[in-house]
Formats: sequence, C-alpha cells, structure tokens
Amino acid sequence: MLRNWKMSMVFLFLSGLVLLFIVAPLAGMFLNTSAGQYADTLTDPTVMRSIRLTLLSSLAGTLIFGIAAIPLAYLLARKDFFLKGLVNGLVDLPVVIPHSAAGIAILGVVSRGTLLGKAGEAAGITFVGGVAGIVLAMAFVSIPFLINAARDGFAAVPEKLEKAALNLGASPWRVFFTVSLPLARRSVVSGLIMMWARGLSEFGAVIIIAYHPMITPVLIWERFTSFGLAYARPVAAVFVIVCLAVFVLMRLLSKNHLHVRN
Amino acid sequence: MLEIKDIGIRLGDFALEEVSLQLAPGDYLALLGVSGAGKTVLLEVLAGLVKPQHGQIKWNGHDITLARIQQRPVGLVYQDLSLFPHLDVFSNIAYALKVRRLPKAQIASRVEALANETGVSHLLARFPGTLSGGEAQRVALARTLAAEPTILLLDEPLANLDAKLKGELRGLLRQINRSGKTIIHVTHDFMEAATLANKVAVIEKGCLAQFGTPEEVFRHPKSEFVARFSGIKNIFPCRTEPMPGQQGLQKATINPNCALAFLGPEEHTQGFVMIPQEDILLSQNPIESSAVNQFQGVVKESYISGAGMELLIDAGFEVVVSVSRLSFEKMALMPGKKVWVSFKASTVKFLAD
Repeated sequence: MLRNWKMSMVFLFLSGLVLLFIVAPLAGMFLNTSAGQYADTLTDPTVMRSIRLTLLSSLAGTLIFGIAAIPLAYLLARKDFFLKGLVNGLVDLPVVIPHSAAGIAILGVVSRGTLLGKAGEAAGITFVGGVAGIVLAMAFVSIPFLINAARDGFAAVPEKLEKAALNLGASPWRVFFTVSLPLARRSVVSGLIMMWARGLSEFGAVIIIAYHPMITPVLIWERFTSFGLAYARPVAAVFVIVCLAVFVLMRLLSKNHLHVRN
Repeated sequence: MLEIKDIGIRLGDFALEEVSLQLAPGDYLALLGVSGAGKTVLLEVLAGLVKPQHGQIKWNGHDITLARIQQRPVGLVYQDLSLFPHLDVFSNIAYALKVRRLPKAQIASRVEALANETGVSHLLARFPGTLSGGEAQRVALARTLAAEPTILLLDEPLANLDAKLKGELRGLLRQINRSGKTIIHVTHDFMEAATLANKVAVIEKGCLAQFGTPEEVFRHPKSEFVARFSGIKNIFPCRTEPMPGQQGLQKATINPNCALAFLGPEEHTQGFVMIPQEDILLSQNPIESSAVNQFQGVVKESYISGAGMELLIDAGFEVVVSVSRLSFEKMALMPGKKVWVSFKASTVKFLAD
C-alpha cells in the first residue's frame, strides 16, 4: 500500500512536470501579450491574410491528397503485397526527415526547369513562390498522419462485414463506400484533422518553396528576425489559439457515436 | 441440384480435401464437425469468398465454381452474424434491396414482410449493438433472405442461444426450408442436425467422413469419429473372433475379463463395438429374454440428461445407460446399487479398424 502511495506520488510529480513543460511556455506567451496587442494583431490585415492563407492551404492539401491517401490506407490495411513493409516505411518518411530537407526535395521536383514545374506553368500554376507550392509542401510533411490513422481504422473493420456485404450482392465499390469507409470514418476524420493541423504548423519545407505569399509560421519568423520578440509574440499567440481550436474540433469529432456490436 | 465435386483448398496448415456431395432443391444439410474441421471454409467456398484450388461446384448443371460472389444463388449468415453496426435493423435488412436499386416504397414493404416473417418488426429502428443474441440472429436471417438466395448457408446459427430461443429459431429455420430454400447448416451438435436436417455430412480434419441421411449416419456410422460425434457414448475397442457353436455370432473381447456377442461375419479382426445407450435394458435381477448379452454391474454415477437420467455402470466395462426419471426413482438407481445390464447382439454395431 505504502509502495503504491509512493509510486503514485512519483508518477504524479513526473506527470505534472511534463504538463508544466508543455503549458508553461504557451501560458507565458499568452500572458505576456496584452489585450491591445491582441486587438492590433487581429486587425492587422497582413496577419489575418496570412492566417487565412495558412488555414486554406493546409485544408486544400488535406482534401486533395486525402482523396488519394485514403485508398492507399485501405490497401495497406487489407492487402498483402510484395514490399508492403517498404511502402509502410515510405509513408512515414516525411515525418522522420528534416523538413527543410523535405522542402529541398520538393523544390527539386517542382522548380521551373522540371517537368512538373513546366507543366504547372503551362496550366497557370506556380509552385515556387506560389500557393500551389505551399499546399504541396504542407501535404508532403503531413500526409503520414492521415495514412496511418486511416490504415489503422480500416484494419479495425472486421473483414467479415465486407464479405457479408459482397454476399448480399454489393460491388466492391459499394462495399467500400457503405461499409468500410463509414466504419473507419472516425479514424479517417481524425487523420484528416491531424493532417490539416500538422500542415498548419509547417515552416521548414514551406519557407524553401515559398517565402511569399507568407503563411503564418513564416510571418512569425519574419517578424522575429526583423523586429524582435515583442512583434512576433502576438502573431504567435493568435496563431496558437487558432491551432488549439483545430485541436479541440478534432477531439470533438473523434468521439465515438457508433453502435458497434461485431 | 447442388453438386459439389472434389472441392479442395489449402490455407496455411489447414487443407480441405476432395469434398463431394449432392443436394436436391429443398434439402436441409447439417454439416457436422468439430471446431477447425473446415466447415466454415466450405461455406466460404460455396459463397465464393474463398476460391477452391481444385474441384467443381455446379448449381442446376451450371458451373459456379469461379462465378462472382454477387452472381451466386447463395446467402451466407456467419456465426458472428456480421450485422453492419453503423446501420439500424431496417437498413441492415434493406441493404441487399438497395444494392438492387429497388424503389423506396418496394424496399419498405419488402423489409416489413421479411421483418414479420422473422419476428423482428418491432426492432427496425434499433442498432445491432442493442439486440440480444436471438434478435440479432433473426435480423441476420432477414437480411440474408432479402437477397433472395436459393441456398442458405448458416454457420452455427443456434450457437450461444438459450434453449427457448433455440426452439423458436429451429421453427423459423424449418419454415424457411419448407418455403423451398436449400439450407446448409454448420453445427457441431448432432442433436441439432438430427432434429432439423434430412441430410448429414460429417467433416473430419478437412475431409468428408460420411454423408447420408441422419438415419444412415447416426445409426450406421462409418468411423469411430463419426460414431463419437453422433452421440454414441458406448464405444469400445475390441478384438473379435467367431463364437464357437453360435453361427452368425461374433465374440468381441473388450478387456481380459469381459467379452460380448454381436452379429457379424466370422473373422478374426480388430475394431470397435458400439452399443446405443437407449437399446440397453436395466433390471434388478437377471431376466430371461432374447438378449444374449447380460452382465451384472454397479451404478457408479447418475446425472440428469434432458428429460431423463443417464447412469454410468461398471459391468466389467463402463457403460452409459439412459433411463426415465420414473424408472430411476422406482428402481432407486443410486450409486452403489447392483443392477443387471442386458442388450441384444443385434443392437451392437461393429466397426472394423
């Protein structure tokens, strides 16, 4: 009993320390920003434009690449194929490489002299120094969050339910859209929100491809290096609030509303 | 007519080997076997969910071995039922109808009719997670019947149900069978098979051990496995020899102190003798009858079995005997009681090794 009490104290202390480590810098940032600074920041058209650009770019990346990523997640969950382990490893690659290096890698594919760059220019899409490049960079670094969450979600759907649907005459397409996807919905939605949230916070890859138009993480860095902490902090505080709102939304949507029996 | 010919498939360490059987329209086949014998794999092969490596499946003369799942006349109800947990009962039953793109009004009336037939009309707004085992089983049946299969494949449909629900569901299955559907019902319960089916197939380690009518399989099992599976408890390994001076009678030596007589060809061989427990007579004294096998024994154990009692009697070999409760009380057949066990040579079945 005594040992349990001691153990609880040690665990509580360490847990408190970790929470403090996360909360203290953020709390310091919010508390060191005055109401006036918040008001100025919220009415600063550059900041607002940047936040809007960041939110929409990340959302666009999530939606565009999500459409392709969800089938890949399904394949990884359901099918066994040659080099599947390698494919799973490749999916995680954007998480483990430095994001500035990711930016350089993407730049190598979309810069003006490349095939994709030329094709984009022909279609009126500018990757380097353009919104399309930002979308690409954000999606590149955040797509593993969606694929991994969706793959786990599909893997948790009992295969027998899909077989039962096939037996009832449904085509594989219908089975996917009426059984597999709805049952993995929670994980897929959670993965989409994680991808979006991760895209919002991207800095390293985006700054290599597009310094302008300026997304908020780049704007914060620009204000910090040009004007100092006092000018960067209010923008950071407002942006963190936006990120927290996204996080809360994710938690709400992750709640299980399904009646699961099987 | 469903013809299954030499169907075989290897899945890892498990193999289903050369299973062949034929069913006429309206037949009710009980597929018996222990867990892991290959019963469910055979159902999945018939449903097209698993492709066989060899063999052929024909329905009314058409080869459907490699036909698409959706084009088979087969409906499968898994043991775990696999109801769609995100859809209510109405939508579960309507699934196959929506697949066929029927008009909404037609779907509603068909679901209503199926729900009435299976007794789940009061559950249509509920979700599968809130249903009891019996209710879920009925919903699963209704959902499969909505696809209008000609052959219904049922994987352990009565497992995990209490006696009352089992009785109700048996009635429903008979009713479905009478409507003309061919049913293949996987079970490991021979009583279930005997009360429902007109054909029985016993699967042992992926092989078809015996196929025939319940009478053929249960009264004349072809192997020790089938005999034990058929609920015959009195099975004894033995050595046989002709009984001197008794033409047609064979002597089966069960142990050094005990031998019994049975009707069989005169030969020296080894095998098993089986004595159906309902054919054994118990008496307090030796009786004069046509039964040539008569042994004195002692009641070792007694236990309730269904409506009657089962007794384990040591008569030089341990034999299980069924008696009514009335006889049990009248003869005071408590452990330690001395009794006489008698049975006719003709009731003893012999299986050669």
